[in-house]
Amino acid sequence: MFKKLPDAGAATVTVLIDGKPFQAPQGCTAAAAALLAGATSTRTTAVSEAPRAPYCMMGVCFECLMEIDGAPNQQACLVPVADNMRINRQPGKAEAKP
Amino acid sequence: MSRYDTIVIGGGLVGSAIAYGLARRGLKAALLDEGDVAFRASRGNFGLVWVQSKGIGVPEYQRWSRLSSELWDDFAVELRQETGIDCAHEHRGGVTICLTEQDFAQRRQMMERLRLESGEPRFEYQMLDHDELRKLMPEIGPEVAGASYTRYDGAANPLYLLRALHAALLKRGGHYFAHSKVATLKAAPHDFTVTAGGATFSAPRLVLAAGLGNRELGAQAGLNMPVQPERGQILATERVKPVLGMLTLLVRQTAEGSVMIGESHEDVGLNDATTPDVQQALAARAVRTFPFLRDVRVVRHWAALRVMSPDGLPIYEQSQQYPGAFAATCHSGVTLAAAHALRYAGFVANGALPAELARFTGKRFDVQKAA
Repeated sequence: MFKKLPDAGAATVTVLIDGKPFQAPQGCTAAAAALLAGATSTRTTAVSEAPRAPYCMMGVCFECLMEIDGAPNQQACLVPVADNMRINRQPGKAEAKP
Repeated sequence: MSRYDTIVIGGGLVGSAIAYGLARRGLKAALLDEGDVAFRASRGNFGLVWVQSKGIGVPEYQRWSRLSSELWDDFAVELRQETGIDCAHEHRGGVTICLTEQDFAQRRQMMERLRLESGEPRFEYQMLDHDELRKLMPEIGPEVAGASYTRYDGAANPLYLLRALHAALLKRGGHYFAHSKVATLKAAPHDFTVTAGGATFSAPRLVLAAGLGNRELGAQAGLNMPVQPERGQILATERVKPVLGMLTLLVRQTAEGSVMIGESHEDVGLNDATTPDVQQALAARAVRTFPFLRDVRVVRHWAALRVMSPDGLPIYEQSQQYPGAFAATCHSGVTLAAAHALRYAGFVANGALPAELARFTGKRFDVQKAA
C-alpha cells in the first residue's frame, strides 16, 4: 500500500519484521519499515484485541505500539531502524514476567 | 425558580451516589456540579473498595465501610442493569503488604484491635507470612515479610462508577447541572434556595457533598465541615497481561491491564501537582514489593486532593439550625458509594440520621466547654 518517495536515499539496513528479513531505508522508523514491508495491522489492542496500524506517525496517537528488540509497547513511529532490529507485531496486552 | 425535593451540591462520587439514591426512591433531585475548575478528587481516585485499615478506635466507621463493601456486590449489578455501564467491580479480598518484620508485627496488632473492637458481625482477618502470601501472589519479592488479608476488600473503576451514577440519576428522573458553582445559598428550616450557574433552585432538603467546598458551604447551612486537602499521587503503567492475582493497598492491576501504584500522603494545601520525589518513592516501593514491575513502563502520573476531616472519618450530620440540610463528606468515595446510594440517601429522604451514624457528626470538632 505504501511506497517510498523517489528521492529517498538508497542506503538500507536489514531488519526482521515478524522474523522475516526486510531491507528498510536507512533513517526510516520501525513503523515506516513495517508499512513498507506491507503490514496492514501492526498490533491488536490491549482490551478488545481489535487490529490497529500506525496512524499519526509523529508520536502522538500511540496506535503504532510494537515489540522492538524484545521490548513491548514501543512507539514504532519514534524508533529509527538499525541493522538486525527485531520488529514484531504486538498481539493484545504485553507480557510482564514475574 | 425550579422546585425540587432535594438539592445535592457536589457532582463527584459522594454527591452523585446520594443523588442517585434519592432518585431511585422517587425523589426529584437536582445535582449541582461546579465544573472542571473544581479540585476533582473523584477523577483522580485509586479505585479501591477498601475496608481492612479503616476504623481503629471507631468501630462505627469499620462497620459502615464493611457494610458498603457488602452492598457493593448487588450495587454494581444494579448500576449495570440501569445504565449498561460495567464499573469493573471486583470483590476478591485484598492484602496490605509489609516489607519488614516490624511492620508485619505492628500490622498484626492493628488487625487484632480492629477485630476486638468490631462488634457483631465480627471483623475477620488473616495474617499471611511470606510463604503463605507467595501462594496467593507468586509475584512478591524476597524482601516482603508478609501481609494482612481480609475478604472485605475490593475495587472498581472510579471513572466508570462516576459515569454510571450520573447516567442512573438521569434515567431515574434526576437532573444534573454542570458549570453550576453555588453563588448564593439561603437556608431556613426545610427550605433552601440556591443560585448556581445562573439558575435558582429550591427544595426542602439540601445535601452538602461538595468535597473541599464543604468547609465554606457548611458554615452557611449550620454544619461544621472542617475538611482539608491531602495530596495523593498515582502512577499508572502500560497495559500488561493479568499478573497480579490479588489487590493490594499499594498496587493493583485494573481490568484493562494497567498497573496502578498509589498510597502517598502529603499536606501541601490546594496544590495538585505531581513531584519526582514521590514518583520515585512510589516506584521504588512497588519494585521492592513486586520486582517484575522493574521492566514495566509507567505511562501516566497524576495527583489529586483527598478530602480529609481532622480525624480522617466521614462527616454525616443533619443541621440542627436548619433541619433538612445534611452533611456528607469522606475520603472514600468509591468504597462508600454503595452505602451512600442505598443507605444514606434513604436517611436523607426520611429526614433523620440513625444512631449508627451519630459518631460522624461535625460537632465532634467543636471546642468543648471545660465546665
